[in-house]
Amino acid sequence: MSEIVKKFMYLNRKAPYGTIYAWESLEVVLIGAAFDQEVSLMFMDDGVYQLTKGQDTSGIGMKNFSPTYRTLGDYEVKNIYVDRDSLVARGLTEDDLVQIAWEDWETEEEVENIVEVVDSARAAELMEESDVVFSF
Amino acid sequence: MSILHTVNKSPFERNSLDSCLKFAQPGAALLLIEDGIYAALTGTSVEGRIKDALASVKIYVLGPDLKARGFSEARVIDGISVVDYAGFVDLAAENAKVQAWL
Repeated sequence: MSEIVKKFMYLNRKAPYGTIYAWESLEVVLIGAAFDQEVSLMFMDDGVYQLTKGQDTSGIGMKNFSPTYRTLGDYEVKNIYVDRDSLVARGLTEDDLVQIAWEDWETEEEVENIVEVVDSARAAELMEESDVVFSF
Repeated sequence: MSILHTVNKSPFERNSLDSCLKFAQPGAALLLIEDGIYAALTGTSVEGRIKDALASVKIYVLGPDLKARGFSEARVIDGISVVDYAGFVDLAAENAKVQAWL
């Protein structure tokens, strides 16, 4: 593996199912996990809809990829951020979102939920700190 | 006979809903489908526009699209009817034409 560790951020701004962006982003995150980089995900604007609980696509004939978000902790993703203003504009709260657990297999350190709601100043800071931002 | 308008885009990302509501005549029907269903939910920044429109336009939302996105009927604004695919067909048949706001 490369010795250079970069901070990757995946920026998700589209709702799931209506377009392919959400699914494509998830695929790239899963593939990218093989490269041992420091990975975070940011959900803002309609992207916050990707994390809603209780998605059931049986009626629309599409694959329900929402359970995959809950496994992201196993794919080297340690930080998941959600923009607060985007939630508020959509009448959503943290309770509407899935919880994503994380565990370090070596140290057995556990985090019950790595989904963190942040304000826009913090979101800007996080983007600034990233080496690469992938937009979806 | 009136028009059935369909909106399939999120009201937070596109202006399809606004344009539709601007041109829909009293007595028209509006069916929210796909990402358009987000406009039917309570507590959003577009709720006021939907409530105003309900005074003159009948509004429906497609149940399977709501469910796919994780929302139950309990989150839908009062006055909006939830329909299934058969209901979509009925609405298309009851109205003179269907106008899609893509």
